[in-house]
Amino acid sequence: MDARMSMTETGRRQGLMARPVPRAESEAAPSVVPTTVFDINDVSVYYGGFRAIRDVSLDISKNQITAMIGPSGCGKSTMLRCFNRMNDLIDIARVEGSLRYHGVDLYGKGVDAVEVRRRIGMVFQKPNPFPKSIYDNVAFGPRVAGVKGALDDVVEESLRRAALWDEVKDRLKQSAYGLSGGQQQRLCIARALAVSPEVILMDEPCSALDPIATAKIEDLMAEIKRDYTIIIVTHNMQQAARVSDMTAFFTAEVNEQSDTRTGILVEYDRTDKIFQDPADRRTEDYVSGRFG
Amino acid sequence: MAQATADPRLGADSPDALRSDPRKRRTERIARLVFMSAAFFSVVVTLAIVLSLVFEALSFLLGVDLGALFEMGWFPRRGLFDVRTLIVGTLLVTGIAMLVAAPLGLGAALYLSEYARPRLRRSVKPMIEILAGVPSVTLGYFAISFITPQLLRPFQSDVAFFNLASAGLAVGILTLPLVASVAEDAMRAVPQSLREAAYGLGSRRMKVAVNVVFPAAISGIVAALVIGASRAIGETMVVAIASGATGGSLFSLDVFQPGQTMTAAMAALGAGTDQVRGADNAFQSLFFIGLLLFAITLGLNVFGDRFVRRIRERY
Ligand SMILES: Nc1ncnc2c1ncn2[C@@H]1O[C@H](COP(=O)(O)OP(=O)(O)O)[C@@H](O)[C@H]1O
Ligand SMILES: [Mg+2]
Repeated sequence: MDARMSMTETGRRQGLMARPVPRAESEAAPSVVPTTVFDINDVSVYYGGFRAIRDVSLDISKNQITAMIGPSGCGKSTMLRCFNRMNDLIDIARVEGSLRYHGVDLYGKGVDAVEVRRRIGMVFQKPNPFPKSIYDNVAFGPRVAGVKGALDDVVEESLRRAALWDEVKDRLKQSAYGLSGGQQQRLCIARALAVSPEVILMDEPCSALDPIATAKIEDLMAEIKRDYTIIIVTHNMQQAARVSDMTAFFTAEVNEQSDTRTGILVEYDRTDKIFQDPADRRTEDYVSGRFG
Repeated sequence: MAQATADPRLGADSPDALRSDPRKRRTERIARLVFMSAAFFSVVVTLAIVLSLVFEALSFLLGVDLGALFEMGWFPRRGLFDVRTLIVGTLLVTGIAMLVAAPLGLGAALYLSEYARPRLRRSVKPMIEILAGVPSVTLGYFAISFITPQLLRPFQSDVAFFNLASAGLAVGILTLPLVASVAEDAMRAVPQSLREAAYGLGSRRMKVAVNVVFPAAISGIVAALVIGASRAIGETMVVAIASGATGGSLFSLDVFQPGQTMTAAMAALGAGTDQVRGADNAFQSLFFIGLLLFAITLGLNVFGDRFVRRIRERY
């Protein structure tokens, strides 16, 4: 009972509840030990009757880049979309298990998915800027969050962080669709940064980009890591090895009776460990290219 | 072995294999001709209609005393051709109809596209489309038997039995499903990835609908309104039944009094209540009104198109 109460308290402090409660002065967090941002336990996701991932458990620490790798269809995107409740948008999707964000049950009663998504932003596989100007794209998040008045500073700051400012500063009022694919993706990153989230989820953000654009985005991730916690899905193992601190390897298990595949987390460890000395045979096969 | 030359892959060995077959070429030509005539048929018919309209309208204008175009009302059999009466009638009816159809139609479209669960949408959309199939005669009688006595008279003292307001409301109901359906298609066509982008930034449904889906679908939405307005302008039967004044009407801006729209006046001229061969020229006046109607609808479409070009967000 006590635990539940304090959970609710934390939830209020995080501001996730639908009803805003005056923010209490937060006591200084101990900053030596890496803070756990997400505490995931036995999470399964179903699409209708189909179980897409099964019993995934992992912790994600603050200011780290966590990579999720694995063959296509093993549920990486499905897992990622649990972190900010994007699965709510899919009618048939159902999430089981416990996902705690700073101790708050993300799927708990009274938690507002909109508040969750303001703190946990997302960058998608295909660049998806709005059919609006570059400026309006970046300003969109702050505007829907109710920020009134000039957003010039926020827009500039976000575009600088996304390493796009110099390329677009003279054409902020032009359509975002005039940008190249790589620029559009950095614009989407800038757009996500503009609402100052704590966490940024990236679902194969470079899969539609050429190597130069990819390198720019990887550099920028390393750059912004100080201020954000990043979870990235990638099926590019070199990318995972280059950018991430922690790596989670997923694979798909074939269910004999139903002939469907369910994703499971095989191994989760420091990235160098996963790539140099994996504990599981399946991980080793995958990272050494003997699989998929 | 003996059949070797029949193998079409042996190009060089059988020079005939590459030669075109005159029969196949002829089939191609005939097919092309058939499809071309189908395409040109509609163009030719449209042109023929416009030309005959222009021709008859001109002969009307040449035969009529121009002063008769600005009179106290539209009484073709008595030689009074005040077209303002009809244009105002049309604008009033269309205006009232769009006051009903635009907000309800776009609201329904937004609801179905952004709020309703797929299963609900799948059952509600066909129901709305059935409403589009209700014969307009029915709505004409609905106007006189329900709208006027139940909706208008309780709130307004001087409501004539036949009146423009009830006709406008009924035309609005008639147009609503068309607007809703076309607008909903346009909204559904907005890529899901844009919605996800907006939700991912912490937008509420309302913001997604209003700030993302609506502007991205604006060209289809304007098209829905233009189609709806064109339909309202063209609607004849409801107005002929509900707003009365078959013999002609006095110029009036009062929507609670009888009146005629351009189409209703044309129908009255043609239907025999007004003998088409009444006064000289009454018959030709029909074509003149028809031409005006054509010009208005065309203008509406061109305007809609221009407007869309200016404000469209391409995705
Ligand atoms: N919206 C959905 N509806 C039904 N099944 C889905 C949906 N999205 C994904 N799936 C299924 O869930 C499984 C995992 O998909 P996904 O998470 O996209 O894998 P990954 O990102 O690792 O390629 C796949 O079998 C896929 O077909
Ligand atoms: Mg994926």
